[in-house]
Order: sequence, then C-alpha cells, then structure tokens
Amino acid sequence: MTGESILFWVLAPLAVAASVAMLFMKKAVHSAILLAWVMITLAIFYIALEAPFLGIVQIVVYTGAVMMLFLFILMLVGVDSSDSLVEKIKGIRAVAIFTVLGFAGALTSLIARADLGREPVGLSTANQDGNVEGLAALLFGDYVWAFEVISALLITAALGAMVLAHSEKSDVARNSQRARSIARFRGKSIATAAGLPGSGVYARNNSVDLPALLPDGKPSDLSIAEVLHRRGDVQETKSYALDGLPQIDEEGKK
Amino acid sequence: MSNSAILLDDPGWVIALKGLLIFVLCVVLTLMSVWGERRIVARMQMRLGPNRVGPFGLIQALADGVKLALKEDIIPKAADRAVFILAPIISATTCFMAFAVIPMTGVVNFFGQETIMQLTDLPVGVLYVLATASIGVYGIVLAGWSSGSTYPLLGGLRSSAQVISYEIAMGLSFVGVFIYAGSMSTGDIIASQSTWWNVVVLFPSFAIYVISMVGETNRAPFDLAEAEGELVGGFHTEYSSLKFALFFLAEYVNIIAVSALATTLFLGGPSAPPGFGFTESWLGGWFTFIWFFLKVLGFFFFFVWLRGTLPRLRYDQFMKFGWKVLIPVNVAWILVVATLRLMTQEGASQFMIAAFTGGVVLAVLAAMSIYDSTKRKAEERAHDVGEMPEPTFPVPALPTIKKAVE
Repeated sequence: MTGESILFWVLAPLAVAASVAMLFMKKAVHSAILLAWVMITLAIFYIALEAPFLGIVQIVVYTGAVMMLFLFILMLVGVDSSDSLVEKIKGIRAVAIFTVLGFAGALTSLIARADLGREPVGLSTANQDGNVEGLAALLFGDYVWAFEVISALLITAALGAMVLAHSEKSDVARNSQRARSIARFRGKSIATAAGLPGSGVYARNNSVDLPALLPDGKPSDLSIAEVLHRRGDVQETKSYALDGLPQIDEEGKK
Repeated sequence: MSNSAILLDDPGWVIALKGLLIFVLCVVLTLMSVWGERRIVARMQMRLGPNRVGPFGLIQALADGVKLALKEDIIPKAADRAVFILAPIISATTCFMAFAVIPMTGVVNFFGQETIMQLTDLPVGVLYVLATASIGVYGIVLAGWSSGSTYPLLGGLRSSAQVISYEIAMGLSFVGVFIYAGSMSTGDIIASQSTWWNVVVLFPSFAIYVISMVGETNRAPFDLAEAEGELVGGFHTEYSSLKFALFFLAEYVNIIAVSALATTLFLGGPSAPPGFGFTESWLGGWFTFIWFFLKVLGFFFFFVWLRGTLPRLRYDQFMKFGWKVLIPVNVAWILVVATLRLMTQEGASQFMIAAFTGGVVLAVLAAMSIYDSTKRKAEERAHDVGEMPEPTFPVPALPTIKKAVE
C-alpha cells in the first residue's frame, strides 16, 4: 500500500462523512465548517495527485475567501438561531427529492461506467516544466482569450455588486473631525472646547437623561444628548436646579 | 543543486526529527519572545520589566504559562461547545504549518545526512504559507462566534474583515518577488537573492509586506480585533486556561512565522549579509542558522517597537488604508516590476531601461506633488471657517462671586 492510497483511504471517508453530515446539521455555521473541511480534503487530494498549484489555490480562494465570506454573513445571524424547517414554497420538497434522485441516478450511472486501474496518461508531459509553469503556459498561452474574457466578466460582476449594494449618503453634510474641532475653538464661546459636559450623576440617579449641574446650581441643557430632547425623553431640567445658591449669569455678575 | 533536490533524499527519521525540532523551536521561541517583548517594551516605557523569576526574569513566561494551565477552564453556558473547543485548536495547529516550507539554514550536515533545515520545498511554497494563514483565520472567527457573547462576536467580525483585506495586500506584495525570482518556491527565491537582497531591489513590495504582516497578525497598531479599550479582549474574551494559552501561543508563533517569511522573501533567508560570507565555512553551514535567527529576531524587535510607539488606528482609517492605499500602490508597482522584467528578458538596452525607470520616477513625483497641492488647498479651506466673533472665555469671575457670598 503506497502512501498515497493510505492518504486516500483515511481522508476520503472523512470527506464523505463530513459532506453528508453537512446536510443534516441544524446550525448553518456547523454546516459551513464541515464544508470548509471538505474543501481542504479536496485540496489535499489535488496535491497528492501532483497538482500542487490547484490544491493550494483551492484552499486560498475557496476555504480562505469564499467560505470566510459565507461565515462572515452567518456570524451576523447569531449563535442561537437555527434554520426554520417549515416548507415555505408549496411542493418544493417533492421537486427537491425528484431532482436529487435524478441527479444521483445520472451520477451513479456515470461512475459505474468508469474504468478503474489504468495508468494516468499525459500527466508527466503536462508537468514537464513544473506544474505551475505548465498551467501558466496554458492560461496565458493557449487560452489567454478565454482567461481575459472571464476576468472581464468577474470585474463586471464585482462592479455590478458594488452598484447594487451602494446606498446614497444622507443629504446632510457631516463635518469632518477636523472641521468640528476648529469650529469648537472658533465659536462664540470656547466653553465647550473640551467637549460638551457629561450628564448628571447624583446619589439617587445615574442616567443619561439627567442634566449636569453648573457651579451655580443651574441645570445644563448641553449635558443631555440632542436626540433625547427631540424624542421628549427628558424630564423638565429646571426641576433639578439647586436653590439657595447665589444666582449668577454667564458673565459671572450677580 | 536546488533545495527540493537536496530534500528529496531525506530518510524518514530526518523528516520526523526536523518536524519535532521546528515545533520545539517555535514553542521555546514563544516563551522567550513573550519575555523579550515585556522587557523591551518596559525599557521603552522607562521601566524594568519582569526580572524576578530566574536570571533576568528569563523563565517568567514559563511560570505564567504554568499558572495559565492550572487555571479553571470555563465554557460559557451560551457558547456553542463543539466550536468553542475547536477554535483554539485550529488557531494553534495552523500557525506551525507555515514553517514547513521555510529554509532556516543552508546545506548542513544533520547527523551524517546532507540536508537543509526545511521540511519540504513545494513549487508553490509561498502560496502554501498564505493558505495556512487563511485557515488560521477560522480559529479567530469561530472563537468569536461560538462564545455567544457580543464583544467576542464584534472582535471576530473585525478580525476576519481585517485579515481578508490585508491578505490581499500581502499576496500582491509576493507577486513582485515571484516575478523577480521566476518561482514561487522558497528555496528558489533565496537562490535568486544571491547578488542583491530583494529588500533593495523590491523595496516597495517589502514595505507593503511589512505593513500588511502587522495587520495580518492582529498586532499593535492594527490590533483592532482585540482592542481592550472597546472590546474587552475581542475574540478571546470568553476563553480561559489552556484554551486561552493556545490563542496566545498562536499569536506569537504567527509573529515568528511572518517574520521568517519576510526574512525568506526579502532578506535572503539564511544567507549571510554581504561581506560575511566567510562565516558559512565555520560550524559546517550551521552558522547560516544564526544569520536566519538574527534576521527573524530583528523583525520581532520591530513588532515590539511598533507596539511601544504607535497608538491604535481607528477601524475605518485602517480599512481605508488597506483598500485605498496599499492595494492600488501595490498593483501599480507590480506593473512597473513586470515591465522592467520583460525589458531585461527581451534584451532591451540599458538606455531604454534607464529611460523607463526615470519616466516612472518622474510620474510618481508629479502625482505626489499634485496630491500635495490639492491636500494643502483642502486644508486651507478647512482652516477658513470665516469671520467669527471674538470668543468669550469661560474664566470664572472669582472676585464677584466672593462679593456675592459676603
């Protein structure tokens, strides 16, 4: 038994088991992990079949990029959710079973006709100058036109996705961090140069809808976020004013 | 003779022993680099750093590791158990795999066997490193998802976005090296640097690789995935004990792996610096390992230096930098390298090559000056807020208040 056949008989059952288990997993992320594993075993088979470039690219592109993007989306779904098993489109189950049986039949009849135990033909001539060089000669030599057309197609697809997913920004221009910083210092007063005051913290309350108190006991409207004002979530700030302190206005005069 | 030819007649025991040595080297190097990092960062911050356990505090990291292993291993109730356990295993196993294709010495005598301290020399060796790195991301992403908690999820999302984006810049920075060396195998790339190291010939590629390798390993100033100020610990917030130790190990082995790859691609790998070639005749070739080791440690020091110097980037700035600066610059640079390479292969005259290089330099300078002037104008516009009233200063009017109290 050669090393290659040991590799095959260890990994092939694992790959088949993983791909079957992928279908029966309840959580989408578990299915995604199993699919990633199937892709990696396929890559190992490619490498064992003397196609190292294809094997490595399979991992980089499919496992590393495509599957990772899938996972990226699935992660937004959250850990607790599982797919709903309710049949939403009527009759989809019957159609699915019929299609699967048909596909399985076609596949089985093809595989049954396969002629095993032959020596591979043409591999050594294809890999004569090295696997990578052989592939490069085909891609950028004989099939360069097809290669370029496909790359143009992919770029078009990417641009299309960008256009479809693009959302218009709101009309209200947002000032940059720098502009806001400058405006803070050049405004009417530089009282807010270091930022707006935080909300009030008292012995009884600690909440963002409570105003901070100024040194003279007046509540500060600036200390409450504008959003809360507009939503009407703020209690009347005047009720928090402290009495008994000398009232002074902004210039400090009595 | 190429590396792959030398490695071909390695008997099984040599391969097994080399694999074991790589593992031991990585683990010991992790322990030492944790200690080294703490000492160096301490010096940069005018402190002493760990100096109690062992001579110079050398076994501090070992003591910490033992303590970590003896801690209680907590699996949160909300976690997805299987994936929660799988994630650190993925992280810790894939990080070692990159070392299989890194040549750490020249030809040496290994217990009577002529060989190179390198497990295998794949024709697609450098892509293989990229592949293992891309599997390693799964550890981080799955850890973030399976913890069943908000901060780890955010950390996992950030880090997957970050690593995917910077992997593109990293992969593109390899292309210059591939074009120049005419091969993707690490052995051939080192052989192609026999006259000039790639750091001189392909400096833009080197600069982009160094930036993206910091992004790839989630290290400061690009450590947004575990930003302690915003995300507690990021993807590993819920991990404790040995599982956390595995993530820790993976982070440091990854740093060493990307440093080793940088050494291989741009600093001539284990070959001696120019003028020190005579050292290879001492120790029967093993001296090359010292050169390799020194280069890797240099990169490690650079990592620590960055951490001690730079503040963390904001997430949107970081992504913008990766997609809008590193990748376009890299693509333009690849065009230049490919053109120069083709010109030398087609036997263009020295004058033509010099003219092309000069043209490129002029174009870059022109683009930079245009960019500078538009930026300056935009800044002037930003400064020009218009006429403003004299600001009143919120100086407390102390004397009047005093009078009022009286």
